[in-house]
Amino acid sequence: MESINWHSFFFFLFALVSCGFAVMVVLSSNIVRMAFYLTISLGATAGLFFLAGADFIGAMQLMIYVGGTLVLLVFGVMLTAQGPFVSMKTRGGDWILAAVLSGSLLALLVPAAFTVREWRGPSPVDAVARMEPTSTPLGMGLLGIRVDKLEDRPEKLKEGMSSYLLPFEIVSVHLLVVLVGAAYLARTKRRRDVRMESL
Amino acid sequence: MNPLLEPVGVSHFMAVGALMFVCGVVCMATKRNALGVLMGIELVLNGANINFVALSSSFLSASGKSGLGLDGQFIALFVIVLAAAEAAVALAITLNFYNNHATVDVDRADELKG
Repeated sequence: MESINWHSFFFFLFALVSCGFAVMVVLSSNIVRMAFYLTISLGATAGLFFLAGADFIGAMQLMIYVGGTLVLLVFGVMLTAQGPFVSMKTRGGDWILAAVLSGSLLALLVPAAFTVREWRGPSPVDAVARMEPTSTPLGMGLLGIRVDKLEDRPEKLKEGMSSYLLPFEIVSVHLLVVLVGAAYLARTKRRRDVRMESL
Repeated sequence: MNPLLEPVGVSHFMAVGALMFVCGVVCMATKRNALGVLMGIELVLNGANINFVALSSSFLSASGKSGLGLDGQFIALFVIVLAAAEAAVALAITLNFYNNHATVDVDRADELKG
C-alpha cells in the first residue's frame, strides 16, 4: 500500500467539515443551531488556511472571526431569539428558486476551478520544507516594507507605493468609526409597543 | 485513483470556496431572519477568502510560483477585519430594528419601500 498523502487527507477532512456545516447552515431553520453550525464551518476554514501555508491568516480567522465576530452574532441571536423568531420557515417556492440558483452557480464555478492546468495540483514537492512563517512579511508589509518583494523593488514598485500602509490606516480609522457607530445605534431604548399606540 | 494519494492543488481549494460562496448566497436569499442573512454574508466572505489564500500559496500550484504572492493574504486579512466591522454595524441595526418593530423578519422591514 502506498503511503497516504497526509496533506491531502487533512485537506479533505477540513473541506468536508466546512462544506458540510455550511450546507447545514442553509438547510437548518433554527437560528440558534445555524449560529453553532457557522462556528464549526468557519473554524474548519481556519484549518484550510493553515493547510494552504497561511499560518497568520488562519490564526486571525480563529481569533477575529470565530472568537470575535461569531460571538457578536451569537449575542445578537440570544437578544432576538424569542418565540416565533427562533425558527422562521422558508416558503416552498423559495426553496425551488434557491435550488435552481445554487445548482447553476455550482455548475458554473466548480468546473471553472478545474479548467486551469496550473491550478490542478503541484508536482510532487516537499511542501513542508518550503513552508515559511508569514507573520513577519505580513507585519512589515502593513508597516510599509515588502520584505517578500525586495528584489524587484526598483523596477516594478515605486518608493512608498509598494505596500499596505495606507489601507492599514484606513481600515483602523474605519474600525474606530464603525465601533462608535455600532455603540450609538445599539444603545438601549424602551421598546415602542405597537398595540398600545393603535389604541 | 485514490484522491488521498494525490497532492491537492489550488483547484480543490477553489471548489471548497465555491461551495461556501453558493451556500452563503442561498442563505442570504432564503432566510427570513435578519441574522440568518448576516450569516449568509459571513459564508460568502469566507468563500472569497479561501480563494485569495489558495491563490497566494506557492506550493499548491504546478509551477511552484503563486499567482498573487503575499498580496492575497493581505487582502484576506482586510476582508476578515472588514467582515468584523460589517457584522458589528449590521447587528446594531438589527437590534435597533428589533427594538422598534419587535420583529427580525426581513420581509416586514419594508418601510423604505417606494
